Amino acid sequence: MSSLSSSPAGKRDIVALEGVTKRFPGIVANDGIDLSIRPGEVHVLLGENGAGKSTLIGMLSGLLQPDEGRILVDGKPTPITSPRHALALGIGTVFQHMMLVPTLTVAENLLLGGPWWQRPRTEELAARVAEITRSLGITVKLHAKVSELSLGEQQQVEILRAMVRNSRLLILDESTSMLTPKGIEELGALMRRLAEKGLAIVFITHKLKEAAAFGDRISVLKLGRKVGEIPPERFRALGEQEIISEIVELMFGKRKDDPEAAQRPTRTIRADAAPLLQVADLSVAPTDNAPGLSSISFDIRPGEILGIAGIDGNGQKQLAEALAGQRAATRGSVRLEGTAIEAASVGERRKQGLRYLTDDRLGEGTVGTFPVSINFFLKQVGAAPFWRGGVEQRAEIDRRAAELVREYDVRTPSLKTPVARLSGGNIQKVLLARELAEGAKVVIFNKPTYGLDLANTLASRQRIRDTAARGLAVLLISTDLEELLSMCDRIAVIANGALVGTVGNTDDARTKVGRLMIGLAA
Amino acid sequence: MTGLFSEVFLSALLFGAVTAAIPLLLAGLGEQMSEKAGVLNIGIEGMMLAGAYLGFVGSFYSGSLWLGFLTGAAGGVAVALIMALLCVRIGLNQIVIGIALTLGLEGLTALLHHFQFSRSYPRLPAADATVIPLLSDIPVIGPAFFKHHLIVYLAVALVFAMSYLYRRTQLGLNLQAAGDKPAALDVAGIDVVRTRTIAVLTTGALAGLGGAYLANVGAGLFIPFITNGAGFLGIVLAMLARGRPVWVLFGALLFGVCLSLTTAMQVAGINIPTDVIQMLPFLAVMIMLVLFGRRASLPAALGIPYERGAR
Repeated sequence: MSSLSSSPAGKRDIVALEGVTKRFPGIVANDGIDLSIRPGEVHVLLGENGAGKSTLIGMLSGLLQPDEGRILVDGKPTPITSPRHALALGIGTVFQHMMLVPTLTVAENLLLGGPWWQRPRTEELAARVAEITRSLGITVKLHAKVSELSLGEQQQVEILRAMVRNSRLLILDESTSMLTPKGIEELGALMRRLAEKGLAIVFITHKLKEAAAFGDRISVLKLGRKVGEIPPERFRALGEQEIISEIVELMFGKRKDDPEAAQRPTRTIRADAAPLLQVADLSVAPTDNAPGLSSISFDIRPGEILGIAGIDGNGQKQLAEALAGQRAATRGSVRLEGTAIEAASVGERRKQGLRYLTDDRLGEGTVGTFPVSINFFLKQVGAAPFWRGGVEQRAEIDRRAAELVREYDVRTPSLKTPVARLSGGNIQKVLLARELAEGAKVVIFNKPTYGLDLANTLASRQRIRDTAARGLAVLLISTDLEELLSMCDRIAVIANGALVGTVGNTDDARTKVGRLMIGLAA
Repeated sequence: MTGLFSEVFLSALLFGAVTAAIPLLLAGLGEQMSEKAGVLNIGIEGMMLAGAYLGFVGSFYSGSLWLGFLTGAAGGVAVALIMALLCVRIGLNQIVIGIALTLGLEGLTALLHHFQFSRSYPRLPAADATVIPLLSDIPVIGPAFFKHHLIVYLAVALVFAMSYLYRRTQLGLNLQAAGDKPAALDVAGIDVVRTRTIAVLTTGALAGLGGAYLANVGAGLFIPFITNGAGFLGIVLAMLARGRPVWVLFGALLFGVCLSLTTAMQVAGINIPTDVIQMLPFLAVMIMLVLFGRRASLPAALGIPYERGAR
């Protein structure tokens, strides 16, 4: 094995991708990607959400088939047709979401996949596991139920499973995102040991520190394209600071000829104006599958847009819901125009002028089967003038709905069309019309342009800018850094449920926010 | 009232309980396998009816009870094939298809029976009992439990075979993974659709066999709608048994006692309206659901068709 790692020039690719392209309806998830994966090397794939990392893994593990390009295994073009095929080729994957059956024991999970007519070979497995765990220096409780294990332990089981199956290539898909710092360190050490044994490892992450600490070769993906690669020779030659600045440039650098690029309008916000929304020490308890919030504090003044940047799933939704009153906070205060509202219900907060535009447009935002007209007034059901004595006032609803359709340019066949039949952009317009209606003072936008096409994206952004220009306070949560840079006055970065830093949207904000997002100090 | 607790009455009651329990047991075990693999099989009532009808016809024309069991099981499998095709392979809604199959088979078996036998209900000769030596001599228990048709003992043995299957075999692991986390089974290299299909077809065979027993041994004849909800009771049993075949056996015996009591109390001429007596088994269902329904644990992916790489 050591001969492999000592002669880097003689290494041959275990798996290589050549011009691989994968499309989903409406998006190109991977666009002409070339990648070479070699034994004894940890190949890091870096990229933001939506960069196409998971799609790439899906193709390597046999879950998805490329539309164009080819995958070479040991130098021969080989379509990977199914997960079983991938395993047979020696490609083992540890998915971002655990792929273990929680009701079975560790041993049973490891045995899954044997021929069905056979009795599970428990003794053979135990011996094999003992051998592997000894050489890797990990311990695994074979007879514990998976549901009783911590996430870090589950991950070790998944890595162990790949080893039991004689994998030559181990893919780790955002394996550190759910781990504690200590768990991350252990995983990194384990990866290094595996690479020394001659395994090829593909490690997907969005944290630059991990890439620099554990990787040999780094490829950067952005919006489905591979935008750069740092081979091991350069990796070793460069200093840490140089690597970091190079990657930050690759990941967050400004695109040329960007149709979304809009000059940030200079709004003048009166620095002495009293904040419209004041949040102090807001905390939410974590749940099984979501981080909580720890001690979030910020102010937003009238006419100001505060952006919340961060990798998806770091507490953005929790923050929005805690502010809107949909999620119970354990601590902290929320003041709207100086009035404490942290104890108020969802409806009371809305009445006082706090509005929340959810990212879950069809789930909690609208009732898909209801007509467009009713969806405009979903949050006012029963209230005059649209309802009187519990009876729907059809004429009044239709009159006002027609106005809103015109004002917000909702493209709908009629007012009676079920809202679910509209396109995402038009559903968003319905939501905008509803939440920005009379009485709004503070508006929370959660991923307002997610999944929209360019025209609707631009229209939504303009609507948000107009909202701020009217003197409302805006909290804009987005995973799209370009969007935040083009609209916000200040940008805060959320990671693991805490705000790790807030920067003014000045010329160097891109780099600063980028650094905060990948876990460095601004 | 004097005869109510006599030895003879008691052993007849228990004998009847076992006879009534066997179709429920087979249906429950079948449903359990389907549910373990993640397929909610509401069509099981239809599968039992197909088994009852074809089982009866098979026995009636061949004169062999065993051939009847075979045709009955085949009938159940035939219905299960439709279910597997529509719900597992194509991924249609399991509840809608299940109800459609049950309603369809209710009509179809009644119609076929009418064409064949008009309004007559021919009977089969009484089934031969396999008497177990020594054990059958025990008072009360002996005649109640050890003088049954051979298939009864086989059905009870099946409980333990199933336990072994779920706990000790590769197929058992695959079935459970298909119901709890099908994606994990898929990436382990096992075809989820095939695993679930095996489960549904086995369910069909067991339900068909249960139906055939009901018609050929339990009643000795076929009448339309003969299953009278036995398949649905099987679904309740499977849900309450938390994946353990032994609990299906206990549950089936409990319902069997209730069903048998219905007959026994009528025979004994107890002065309670028959409508009330006939409510007993269903009352038992409700009591069991209230007592244990909260603890019923169902596979995480139950009722959800599997699609690879769905996003």
